[in-house]
Amino acid sequence: MSIVVQNISKSFKTVQALQEVSFEVKEGELFGLIGPDGAGKTTLFRILTTLLLPQNGQAFVAGFDVKEEYKSIRNCVGYMPGRFSLYQDLTVEENLTFFATTFGTTIEENYDLIKDIYVQIEPFKNRRAKDLSGGMKQKLALCCALIHAPKVLFLDEPTTGVDPVSRKEFWEMLKRLKQQNITILVSTPYMDEASLCDRIAFIQNGKIFKIDSPQNIIRDFQPKIYEVKSDDMYQLLSDLKQIPDTKSTFSFGESIHYINEKTEFTKEKLQTYLNEKAHKNLDIQLIQATIEDVFMNAD
Amino acid sequence: MKRFLGFVKKEFYHIFRDKRSIFILFGMPIIQIMLFGFAITNEINNVNIAILDKSNDAETKQLIAKIDASHYFNIEQKLQSDNEIETVFKKGKIKLVLVFEKDFGQKLTNQSQPKIQIVSDATDPNVANTATNYVNAIIQNYIQEENQGNGQQSGLVIDSRFLYNPDMRSVYTFVPGVMTVILMLVSAMMTSISIAREKEIGTMEVLLVSPLHPFQVILGKVFPYVFLSLINATVIVSLGVFVFGMPIRGSLFLLAAESVLFIITALSLGILISTVAQSQQTAMLISMMGLMLPVIILSGFIFPIASMPLPMQIMSNIIPAKWFIIIIKAIMLKGSDFSLVWKETLILLGMTLFYILLSVKKYKIRLE
Amino acid sequence: MEQENIIQVNELTKKFGDFVAVKGISFEVKKGEIFGFLGANGAGKTTAMKMLIGISKPTSGMAIVAGLNVAQSANEVKKNIGYMSQKFSLYDDLTIKENIRFFGGIYGLKPKTIQEKTIDLIQRLELEKVADERVGQLPLGWKQKLAFSVALLHEPKIVFLDEPTGGVDPVTRRQFWEMIDEEAHNGTTIFVTTHYMDEAEYCNRVSIMVDGKIEALDTPKKLKEQFKVSSMNDVFLKLARNIE
Repeated sequence: MSIVVQNISKSFKTVQALQEVSFEVKEGELFGLIGPDGAGKTTLFRILTTLLLPQNGQAFVAGFDVKEEYKSIRNCVGYMPGRFSLYQDLTVEENLTFFATTFGTTIEENYDLIKDIYVQIEPFKNRRAKDLSGGMKQKLALCCALIHAPKVLFLDEPTTGVDPVSRKEFWEMLKRLKQQNITILVSTPYMDEASLCDRIAFIQNGKIFKIDSPQNIIRDFQPKIYEVKSDDMYQLLSDLKQIPDTKSTFSFGESIHYINEKTEFTKEKLQTYLNEKAHKNLDIQLIQATIEDVFMNAD
Repeated sequence: MKRFLGFVKKEFYHIFRDKRSIFILFGMPIIQIMLFGFAITNEINNVNIAILDKSNDAETKQLIAKIDASHYFNIEQKLQSDNEIETVFKKGKIKLVLVFEKDFGQKLTNQSQPKIQIVSDATDPNVANTATNYVNAIIQNYIQEENQGNGQQSGLVIDSRFLYNPDMRSVYTFVPGVMTVILMLVSAMMTSISIAREKEIGTMEVLLVSPLHPFQVILGKVFPYVFLSLINATVIVSLGVFVFGMPIRGSLFLLAAESVLFIITALSLGILISTVAQSQQTAMLISMMGLMLPVIILSGFIFPIASMPLPMQIMSNIIPAKWFIIIIKAIMLKGSDFSLVWKETLILLGMTLFYILLSVKKYKIRLE
Repeated sequence: MEQENIIQVNELTKKFGDFVAVKGISFEVKKGEIFGFLGANGAGKTTAMKMLIGISKPTSGMAIVAGLNVAQSANEVKKNIGYMSQKFSLYDDLTIKENIRFFGGIYGLKPKTIQEKTIDLIQRLELEKVADERVGQLPLGWKQKLAFSVALLHEPKIVFLDEPTGGVDPVTRRQFWEMIDEEAHNGTTIFVTTHYMDEAEYCNRVSIMVDGKIEALDTPKKLKEQFKVSSMNDVFLKLARNIE
């Protein structure tokens, strides 16, 4: 096990940031922590990177205790905090050189590890970090976190606010890093990124409420989801809400995902009901849940 | 060591790429010295005064001539009666009136304590105060000369020369003061801000989660400022010496050593501030309110400690700047050697150790 | 049926020194429309929006908002618009009621109107229990919903929303979009920026900004057809590839 978290709790003055959180991450696993802002993701990262002490519970990173053996942990992990922590007034190359010397290594020594990523930003190596686009900043920050060949990599919301192209590239890079047997713990508020992880944990209000592979999470989701479309989506939403025993109606823009609590509820019943409301171009499909559906319907 | 040098290099990049830092480091000392040296001064020149001479004898005439001869005063008017005093003040041109009592000369020769009344317009207390002191000084001086002229060698001869600063040049007090303020500014404020900045942009988190020991981080951040502060001290002393003709009567080496000690004091204060300040703004505010103001007000730089109310006099003892100003004034103006300033040095050293211990105790290897 | 344009932008450009943040963009927004202004961080979205709401002067080009030229009558424009951003929306150290009263006051609402609106708004958002608590204590999602309602206090013709749902959980995000939808149905025009590409689906029309230029502008459905993909995220990916 690369990361072991057992019943970790942490509270600040008035807020309980983490409550009895437990999970394990295997060596070489890409593990995703999925949840909105304020769910406790950053607090958990800070505890695992020895920046904060938990009030209760135990945690081990690469076999070291986060409380007692913080020095050993700091020697073998890479950490990329939210809002890419780079020196804005230093150039790409200066940033990288600085972090390399800080970790007692050189760019050349571990160049293999960062090569794939670094070649993309190398043309801009003399540009100051503040003049980079979000995607390039993110790549540079990842290079800086990797430069000392860490065993475990902690990435706190590495893709927030970055354009879809860079996000996609970023996840491809993570897949390649995994092959180098680096354990990666990554957090994200984007539900669609969850399916790219080996396993994920849902976190909200300081509690983890599901841990499994994305495939299993979708497979185990019981309720039937109807994807409903019509010409008047605004009316459709309020009509759907009127149906007795409605569990949830979530808009996905061009369609609405509808779930009814009763098992005997059928597509035909839904069809009849909506036809009565005179919806034009009505389209109802029974669909497979997405990670987002599971997250939103978790009680 | 390589890590440390890498860190220092990065720190210099930050400083030299930030226009504000460059200004504070190199512009401020020069501007401050020039400002205090030329513009803000305690000296007075051609203050308009009036005389009410009720005695009108040889002695008073001589004294009046002497006052008139000094460039400090300009005798604008002679008054005839007490009633006129208020009138001239109300007109505003006259800042000071000198009143000689009747039979002044006679009493002076009889040694029966002649009286001179100095009335000044205290709407501008600074000028009033200084002018009064100057008039006093001139009169004292005259009386002495008189006594010697009469061949009266017996009795006390009051030495009223202005020791160490015979011309009462205010720049002599400002150079040490400005040096203290600037060293405080550069060392304490700049370091605390630069450490707080790393916290603000989040790089402190990354540095903490690195094999660097937290103290290495702090030392790396502080070292460049020791170096820059020394350059600053040199610039200020040179300006004092070459532009304002200030003497360095004591050992240059001792002066440098004491400056290094004070720089370390200020740096440890800066580190202490950075342990509590989470943002650059807080660091700036704490340094301003907690360091700069006391340094300017309580160190004796601008306001003489002796004329402060007692509670403030006691408070001034905990201001490191006070001791440093005493030390450098002693070295530069009196030519004192270490045997004369060891006490102050010891106090400063004690304070420094205290701050360092306190910041070590407060320093967190984690975020909270 | 041709609806009137409530925002008309012509060759709007903003330069910061050598850097051109917004490169001559032109578009129209129709009354009562939900207009999505998409792009990654740093694409120029916020800069463009700031010019539209009159807090940043364009280097060149023209913007007409609610029938007024922004460059000439910025203050007049401000009376007709509401604004809410992710970074600053409400005062954390004021209570919910105090925030409503303050912002109502800014827009010159009468005390009586503010009173009524406060009661109504607190009821609608089901905030009765926390009405006297400081906004800082509220969960992010509640704050954003409250901020949106406060931006609507003076019944503006257009509301500008800058990344209103950043970091909000998916359920609250949808509640937020339901509120937006309802407001649009009442005739308010909504101009919203976001970097969640899937949120584009909630908009009537979207523009996608890349490096200071608008590279695509249409309904989400047509854009997906045009690029032959199934999601707006893929639209963006294809678009970026085409530009390269």
